[in-house]
Amino acid sequence: MLKKSAERAYLFLVFLFLYLPIIVLIVLSFNASKSKVQWGGFTLGWYQQLFSSSSMMEAFGTTILVSLLSALIATLLGTLAALGIDAMKKRGQAVMMGATNIPLLNADIVTGISMMLLFVRFTRLGLNTVIIAHITFNIPYVILNVLPKLKQSNRTTYEAALDLGATPFYAFYKIIWPQIRPGVFSGFLMAMTMSLDDFSVTYFTKGAGINTLSTMIYTEMRKGIRPEMYALSTILFLIALVLLLFMNFGPSARRGEKGGFK
Amino acid sequence: MRNLKRQLLAGPYLIWMVGFVLLPVGMILYYALTTTSGQFTTFNITSITASVHLKALFLSLKLALACTLICLGLSYPLAMILNNMNGKRHGLIVFIFILPMWMNFMLRILAWKMLLSNNGVINTVLGYFGLPGLDVLNTPSAVVFCMVYDFLPFMILPIYNAMSRIEKDVIEAAKDLGAGSLTVFFKVILPLTMSGVVSGIIMVFVPALTSFAISDLLGGGKVLLIGNVIEQAFMQEYNWNLGSGLSLVLMVFVIVSMALMNSHGEEGGAGIC
Repeated sequence: MLKKSAERAYLFLVFLFLYLPIIVLIVLSFNASKSKVQWGGFTLGWYQQLFSSSSMMEAFGTTILVSLLSALIATLLGTLAALGIDAMKKRGQAVMMGATNIPLLNADIVTGISMMLLFVRFTRLGLNTVIIAHITFNIPYVILNVLPKLKQSNRTTYEAALDLGATPFYAFYKIIWPQIRPGVFSGFLMAMTMSLDDFSVTYFTKGAGINTLSTMIYTEMRKGIRPEMYALSTILFLIALVLLLFMNFGPSARRGEKGGFK
Repeated sequence: MRNLKRQLLAGPYLIWMVGFVLLPVGMILYYALTTTSGQFTTFNITSITASVHLKALFLSLKLALACTLICLGLSYPLAMILNNMNGKRHGLIVFIFILPMWMNFMLRILAWKMLLSNNGVINTVLGYFGLPGLDVLNTPSAVVFCMVYDFLPFMILPIYNAMSRIEKDVIEAAKDLGAGSLTVFFKVILPLTMSGVVSGIIMVFVPALTSFAISDLLGGGKVLLIGNVIEQAFMQEYNWNLGSGLSLVLMVFVIVSMALMNSHGEEGGAGIC
């Protein structure tokens, strides 16, 4: 019994460590007073200010655009790549997977800088460069989600379909696709999260005047904390809550699988 | 199945990788080994031995190690407790511990900056009880604190995943054969979760070693990590050659530490992905 309560207490302490900052942010987002500790009455004013700030809204739009677009393109390229890698011999697979791990294992700052050097040399930094950079670090996540599903998939059925006269595309759509679809979907979601959360790579590859939420909060925070940011935190926390609920308990969720959580 | 046509599907990815992964790394190499006028030099790389840079590198190593150890110490018991739970609410409880990690990285830094500031919540609560306030903002401790908060998920998840893969039968068998709970832990659970621990360590140590945003925002310019030195070389001094040289050193550092870690565990760093 003692062990049980010790475990409970430990869980509670970690819980507090994780949630206290978030709870304080949420409470302060409704606080009419600008003080960090005094309650000055309930207000939605910070939310109003947030929504009427054009720079904030622009950064929000850019963030959504970059993460959606980069995740979509990365999913397409990554799924095709996984299909190709799956068809390769052992040695080819090892080479491709080794290369796939480079952006995963490289430090963000190095990835960002290396791409900045390339972009500055051959083009100009802007929104496109951010999207290209995000696609680059997103593709490996897609491949790592799709490839295991391909390895588990049933090959003989696909070959039987071909023998029975199905075109490769039709056979793929009817047989392979349903088997890898959960992997493609979780790869897409993981890519989008990585992209939403990214700071370092965006920071180095963005052109002047272009900001995602991360880079904008960084610039703002160097000047000081504004209460609108509490409101922004609350909204983003709710979005994360909904997304994660959907991923873990939604229709495509299968708990206990690799990559299901992250 | 193993036909050439299907292998060609990886073609676009291969081209993309050469263009946006290998070529950029080549650019770093080029800048690192040349002067501004394009002549060959090793100065940019050897400048890591300059005392300012060396100090930053050692501080980064120290903070990254501290952060990794704290994360490991916090996560392992947590993963064990979570894994031993069963019943209906199990999924929900795991969910609760994963959710905060999904909040934007920058906003999590903001939260701690606000909590730790001199007139922030923590100091007010301490003052209320008549305790002396903490003056941690702008010190290395604040940076480590925030790093732990930011990178803890990268330690919890792989360890938890490794632990949940252990078959209950294996533990039962060990117990049937007379092993005590300590023996079970050291002979069964620990070895079987080692791969998760190794991935966790890599996934926390590398970002902690190379981060610059946390030290910049919570260190108040007083905590200079190697990431900050590189960032300043690029964004403030516009000395790209020096920045590239230091990045190259950092890259080698990361690769060596990962190789060292990996030789102790069977699975690689991408194990949890």
